[in-house]
Amino acid sequence: MSERIIELRDIKKSYGQVYALGGVDLSVDRGEVVGLIGDNGAGKSTLIKILSGVVKPTSGEILVRGKPVSGWSAARSRDAGIETVFQDRALAVQQTIVRNIFMGRELTSFMGWLKVNKEIEEASRLMREIGFTSKVFTPHSIVGQLSGGERQGVAIARAIYKQAELIILDEPTTALSLTETAKVFHFVRQVRASGRSILFIGHNIHHVFDIADRFVVLDRGKVALTAGRTEVKSAEDLINFMEDVAHPGGLPGLHDGAEQRA
Amino acid sequence: MSKAMEPDLQTPLGRASGQVAKKPAKEWSHPSNHWLRGFVIDNRASLGTLAVFIVMMAVFIIANPTVFTTWYLYSSVLTTLPVALFVVVPLVFVVTCGEIDLSFPATMGFASWVFALVVQAGYDPFLGIAAALLTGTLLGFLVGSLVVYGGLSSLIATLGMNFLLRGLIQIINEGKSTALTGLADSSAYKIFSSQVWGIPVQIFWAIAFVVFSALLYNRHRFGAQVKVVGDNPDSARQMGIDVKWVRVKVFVFVGIGAAIAGTFSVMINFTWWPTAGDGYLLPVLASVFVGGTPTWGGIGTVVGGAIGAVTVSFIQTGVVAAGLSGFYVQFFNGLIIILSLLGHKWNQARYR
Repeated sequence: MSERIIELRDIKKSYGQVYALGGVDLSVDRGEVVGLIGDNGAGKSTLIKILSGVVKPTSGEILVRGKPVSGWSAARSRDAGIETVFQDRALAVQQTIVRNIFMGRELTSFMGWLKVNKEIEEASRLMREIGFTSKVFTPHSIVGQLSGGERQGVAIARAIYKQAELIILDEPTTALSLTETAKVFHFVRQVRASGRSILFIGHNIHHVFDIADRFVVLDRGKVALTAGRTEVKSAEDLINFMEDVAHPGGLPGLHDGAEQRA
Repeated sequence: MSKAMEPDLQTPLGRASGQVAKKPAKEWSHPSNHWLRGFVIDNRASLGTLAVFIVMMAVFIIANPTVFTTWYLYSSVLTTLPVALFVVVPLVFVVTCGEIDLSFPATMGFASWVFALVVQAGYDPFLGIAAALLTGTLLGFLVGSLVVYGGLSSLIATLGMNFLLRGLIQIINEGKSTALTGLADSSAYKIFSSQVWGIPVQIFWAIAFVVFSALLYNRHRFGAQVKVVGDNPDSARQMGIDVKWVRVKVFVFVGIGAAIAGTFSVMINFTWWPTAGDGYLLPVLASVFVGGTPTWGGIGTVVGGAIGAVTVSFIQTGVVAAGLSGFYVQFFNGLIIILSLLGHKWNQARYR
C-alpha cells in the first residue's frame, strides 16, 4: 500500500523575479487521498500544472515510484499515470457518457469503425468501479442530463480508463451542493478502494477534511503544514492553523470566533 | 434528474475493486423499458422531420389527389434529389463540427468542369469521375485549410471561396457551356444515370451514400470526433484529438460530396454549364436545418438531413402539382423552414 506514486522534492518555480513556488515537497502514496489546501495565490494551480507537466519547474526533483525523472513533460506525466480532472470544460455535454469516456481514444476495429458493444461494456464496468450505478442513467445518457457531481463521476471514470494512477481533482466540489458533494466523495472513496491515488484540491476546508487521508497546506509558495488524518482533530484545527499562518500576529476577534466554533 | 441517482454512501471504504466489479451488469437500463420509446427519444429530430414531410405531402395530396398518383412527378424528383443529397449529408458533418461551408456550389461546378474536360478530351468517363473526385478533395482541403489554419470565420471565408472559384470558372470559360454528347453511350452513364425498373438509378447511389454517411456519423471514430470537436473543442484538444485536422477533414468531405453531386448533375443533363451547382446553395442549407441539425454544433442527424432534402425538393413540385401557381413556391419554402425550426427548438433541449 505504501508505494510512492510521485514525489516532488524542493520544487521551485519563478516567473521572472516572482516566486510562485519556493521549495515545495509533496508526495502521494498508492491508495491515498491527499488534500491540498491553500488560499488564492498560494501556488496550488502552479503545483497542479507542474504535476501535469504543462509547466516546468525552475528547479527541484521529481521522482516517479522512487526513481528520479529527467526532462519532466506532459508526456512524462501521462506515462507516470497522472490525470488532471478540471471542473468545467472537461466534458462534451451534448454527447453520451460513452462518448465522453472514450473521447480521443475510441475503441475501434478495422478502419476506425467503433466497437459499440465493447465500449458500452467497458463504460459500464468503469462506472461500476467508481460506484456510479443508477437505474435512470445508462452509458447512452447525455452528459448534459447529469448533475454536477455525476459529471465529475464521468470525468473520473475517464481518467481511470486512461490508466491513471494518480487523479488530480481540481476543486471538484466548489460549485456543488451538499448531495452532489456527497456523490463526488463516494466516487473518490471508490477510486481509493481500487488502489489508486487522488490529489484533492479544494477551497472548502470542511470538504477536504472529510475526504483526505493527509493534508498539505500551501501558503505563499511554501508547504506550511503536512499532517496525517490522525494528527488533525477537526476541520476547525485546520482553519485555525491556516489563519495563524496567514496572519502570524493573529487577528483579534477572528481567532476567538474560530476557537468558539471548535 | 439528479435526485434519481443516490450513491450508496454506506459502501465500506476498504472494498477492493475486484469485488465491486463483480456486481451484476443489470444495473444499467434504458430510460424507457420499451425499445420503441427509446428509439423515439434517440431519433426525435429525424422523426420530427419525417412528420413534417408527411403532413406536408398530405396537404398537397388532399389539394390535388390525381396528380400525385402519376409516377412522372416522383420520377422527376428522384432524378434531381440525389444531387442535393450528396452535399446535404457532408454539410451535416460540417455544421455538427461547428462550422459552415458555403463554397460547395462552386466546388460542384469546378469538379464537374474537370469531369467535362476529361470526357470531352475523349477519355473514359470513369477517369473523369476520378479526376472530379480528386478535384473535389483538393478544393475541400484548400477551403478547410484556409478556414482552420488561416483562423478565418468559416461563414465568410467559404462565401469568399465560392465567389472566387465561381469567378475563376467564369473567367476561363467566358460563360460557355460544354455539351457531352458521347456520354449517353458510356458504361459509366448506365451505372450512374440510367433507369432501373423505371426508377432513376441515381437515387440508389444517393441512398447508399446516406446510409454509409449515417454509419460514419454514428458508428465511426470520424463521426465521434466531429461531434466532440463541435461540442467542446477545448476538451477534445485536452483528450488528444487533433481538433484542427478533424475540422479540415469535414471540409474535405464536403468537397468529395460536391464533386459527386456535380458529376451526377452533368450526367443528368449531358451538358456542363459554368453555373453548375449555383442553384443548390440555399435549398441544401435549408435541408440541413429543416432536417434537425441545430446551428450550434455538437449534435446533428444525417438521416434527418436526408429527409429534410426530400422535403425541400418536394415543396416546389408539390406546390405546382397541388394546383397553386409558381409564385407560391418561395412562400411555402419559407413556411416549411420556419415551422421546422420551431418544431426542432421545442423538440431538442440544448445542454450546456
